[in-house]
Amino acid sequence: MFGNLTAAAFEHNWIVNAAVASMGLALVGVAALLTYLRRWRWLWREWLTTLDHKRIGVMYLVVAAVMLFKGGVDALMMRGQQAVAAGAAQGYLSANHYDQIFTAHGVTMIFFVAMPLVFGLFNLIIPLQIGSRDVAFPFLNAVSFWLFAAGAALFNASLAVGHFAATGWLAYPPLSELAYSPGVGVDYWIWCLQIAGIGSLLSGINFLATIITMRAPGMKLMKMPMFIWNALGTIVLVVFAFPVLTATLGMLFLDRFFSMHFFTAAAGGNAMMYVNLIWSWGHPEVYILVLPAFGIFSEVVSVFSEKKIFGYASMVAATAAITLLSFMVWLHHFFTMGAGADVNAFFGIATMVIAIPTGVKIFNWLFTMYKGRVHFTTPMYWFFGFVATFTLGGMAGVLMAVPAADFELHNSLFLVAHFHTMIVGGVLFGLFAGFTYWFPKFTGFKLDERLGKWAFWCWIVGFFLAFVPLYILGFMGATRRLDHYAASTGWQPLFIVAGIGAVIIAIGVLFQLAQIVVSILWRERYRDTTNGDPWNGRTLEWSVGTPVPVYNFAVIPNAAERDPLWEAKRRGCWPPKENPAYEDITLPRNSAVPVIIAALGFLFGFGIVWHIVWLALASAAGIVAALITRSCDNDTEYVISAAEVERMESQRMESRLQKP
Amino acid sequence: MNRFPLLDPKGIIGLDERNLMIVAAVLMLLVVIPVYIMAFVIARRYRAGNTGREYRPDWGSSWRYELAWWAFPCAVILVLSIITWQSSHALDPSQPIASPAAPLTIQVVALDWKWLFIYPQQHIASVNLAVIPVGTPIDFEITADAPMNSFWIPRLGGQIYAMPGMATHLHLMADVPGDYRGLSANFSGAGFSDMTFTARAESAGEFTAWAAGIAAATTTDPALTAPSFEALAKPSTAVAPVFYSSADPALYNEIVKQYVR
Repeated sequence: MFGNLTAAAFEHNWIVNAAVASMGLALVGVAALLTYLRRWRWLWREWLTTLDHKRIGVMYLVVAAVMLFKGGVDALMMRGQQAVAAGAAQGYLSANHYDQIFTAHGVTMIFFVAMPLVFGLFNLIIPLQIGSRDVAFPFLNAVSFWLFAAGAALFNASLAVGHFAATGWLAYPPLSELAYSPGVGVDYWIWCLQIAGIGSLLSGINFLATIITMRAPGMKLMKMPMFIWNALGTIVLVVFAFPVLTATLGMLFLDRFFSMHFFTAAAGGNAMMYVNLIWSWGHPEVYILVLPAFGIFSEVVSVFSEKKIFGYASMVAATAAITLLSFMVWLHHFFTMGAGADVNAFFGIATMVIAIPTGVKIFNWLFTMYKGRVHFTTPMYWFFGFVATFTLGGMAGVLMAVPAADFELHNSLFLVAHFHTMIVGGVLFGLFAGFTYWFPKFTGFKLDERLGKWAFWCWIVGFFLAFVPLYILGFMGATRRLDHYAASTGWQPLFIVAGIGAVIIAIGVLFQLAQIVVSILWRERYRDTTNGDPWNGRTLEWSVGTPVPVYNFAVIPNAAERDPLWEAKRRGCWPPKENPAYEDITLPRNSAVPVIIAALGFLFGFGIVWHIVWLALASAAGIVAALITRSCDNDTEYVISAAEVERMESQRMESRLQKP
Repeated sequence: MNRFPLLDPKGIIGLDERNLMIVAAVLMLLVVIPVYIMAFVIARRYRAGNTGREYRPDWGSSWRYELAWWAFPCAVILVLSIITWQSSHALDPSQPIASPAAPLTIQVVALDWKWLFIYPQQHIASVNLAVIPVGTPIDFEITADAPMNSFWIPRLGGQIYAMPGMATHLHLMADVPGDYRGLSANFSGAGFSDMTFTARAESAGEFTAWAAGIAAATTTDPALTAPSFEALAKPSTAVAPVFYSSADPALYNEIVKQYVR
């Protein structure tokens, strides 16, 4: 009846019990609050069943914030462990628990923080920047989000029921095969990524179609904002890379569930094939995360320098080059596998070549400021933090791209420091900049600048304190994933400094929370009085009112120029003097089907992890039934009449005029 | 420097790899330092409060500037690529080290969670202690009878993976006597943190005497045969050095080939 699920799955040590209890309390607290405020119906109608890309975007960000907290706690526990576990002291975490934590930390931060931040911003911004009322496939968009949420839920369930993988975030076989990892941990890993990964793939297809087919009239490819170009590169990578992940996870599953031999040591399996496959997804994944950040910086630097982006064509070429090259470098993750010198040198050089377009981008951003008027807002602080960290990390990356040097640096803490520099300094700082920059678009008020800058300083100081010691530890021969080490290595002082750095970063996160809370509580003080264009913006998203109406654009704009809003403002034809001719607007109705599919997807994953076959089969059948039901539903859209649009728009105008 | 094995290598390969890192880092600083200076100077000079500076909001391209920063990184990367190509071949781990001394072969087996060293020329074996003669090129033949590990002696040079069913080669040489920390650099499960060993570089004479001593100690040190290997291969952590007075010469190949059947 319950497959492999027994009472033993609920027995944990006190740390996990505390985590599970706090997770449970948080859920109960939210449920109680919703009941007290009588907001269940509101939650269901306005949010859970919505097909509005803006609300889906917000939900992505909410999940990312929750998961960032989890991943951050993992990081603090690891830093604490390594700060104390020298010599005879073995620290407070058992080896297996520590191994689960670093695996979970990587999975959380990449799949359940960085990815939803990226897709959240894509949802919020892409349709608005290209002058579209929606994404190409709104229903699919909701399915994507909910599958992602189901993957996250399954991942969190592993904390309470059973355990998670203790294999490292990419679960190399043969360690991840049944022979060495017989428990449910790796199965949880496979299925939380499989379910969330399918969501990512569907999102990729959706946004590819959106950018290709739904741009406003006049917006030729070479007129697209830089953020859209970078998003396009990202999405092309998603569409090509994620099927590889799905197939690879699928084969590992077949190995584990049906005793097949794709990657086992014995019976003709080849674990090296897995390592190749997972990185031919994994390396593009790095660029899936960082290209959106590049796009955000292109917008931010241009707007806050009051100047058009420098070298637009160069930027497009650089983005395209990075997109292409990112598929040609995967082997640099394992020069130490013993491939010949020709192969290693080829992949080393291909890797270095990526530094060229990346360097071009940095020079172009710097020259966007040149002869501009640079405003030192919080997003610009993040940009400067990015330049300071990313160039350093890039240098470390090129160093490791030299195979003979990599032999000494591979899998050391130098590597760990390198990729955290890229992901924190590149991806996170970029997404923070984007979050701060676009926040007023969706709320009507800005985030507090002072708290934002304090958060920035904590992050940047904490970052260097946390990761410079790791670079140094790499030169001391410290490898990654150690739960304890000999005192004679002399590593402990540096691990303590790194721990202090992690705490300072955590304080930075608290400042960010405080920034959001303070800005919401005293929102009148931060009110955007410009009706949606608080930064003197350049692109179409700043041309619609705030908060953005459900249909985005009452009238589809013309975007025959780059920076269309900037040009319109300069010609004095913005805001428009006369009322435009409104038309009927067709929008998608809410649907409960995506939520149902995700719930069934979660049950499917849970069933297959625990070998509860009936549950897995029933859930799969349920998903098919839900999709058939949806396909038979012809009443999936509704129309806002032109008169209604006019009424809504004039109401917005009036409410704007009444404001001081 | 005593605590920085990568910066203070004790063997020719490690030394070449360190020098390579320094050259590559200096080359990259040629790009990184100008970026830092430009970021600081431009942002300061064109800050919004600094009135009187030229403001050209429509100035968005200049083939001269753009050509400069496509060409300049290209030039640096070109130099680095040449260095990469040459060093990849010169420091290919599977390539023997040119030396007047005859090379010594040591077969390395990564086990859960310890290292087995088989000396086919001396017919002895040891666990978690690899004694090597100074000034002699060592050909480490590496495999695993466990999840993938990475064989690494930071003071002597870079690492190579130890994979079940695969045999990789790593050529290293110690130039200075001493005890050097060796370890697995690739996570392999719960006992991974203690999967360390000592690489002890001694003079050729001391090495010969050591090997002869092990081979002679037939009463205290057992023989490494298929059954005793089976017992050794069972998972164990933080294993103190063990010695085998004789080693089955076919064992290593059997370990590698067991998965091929």
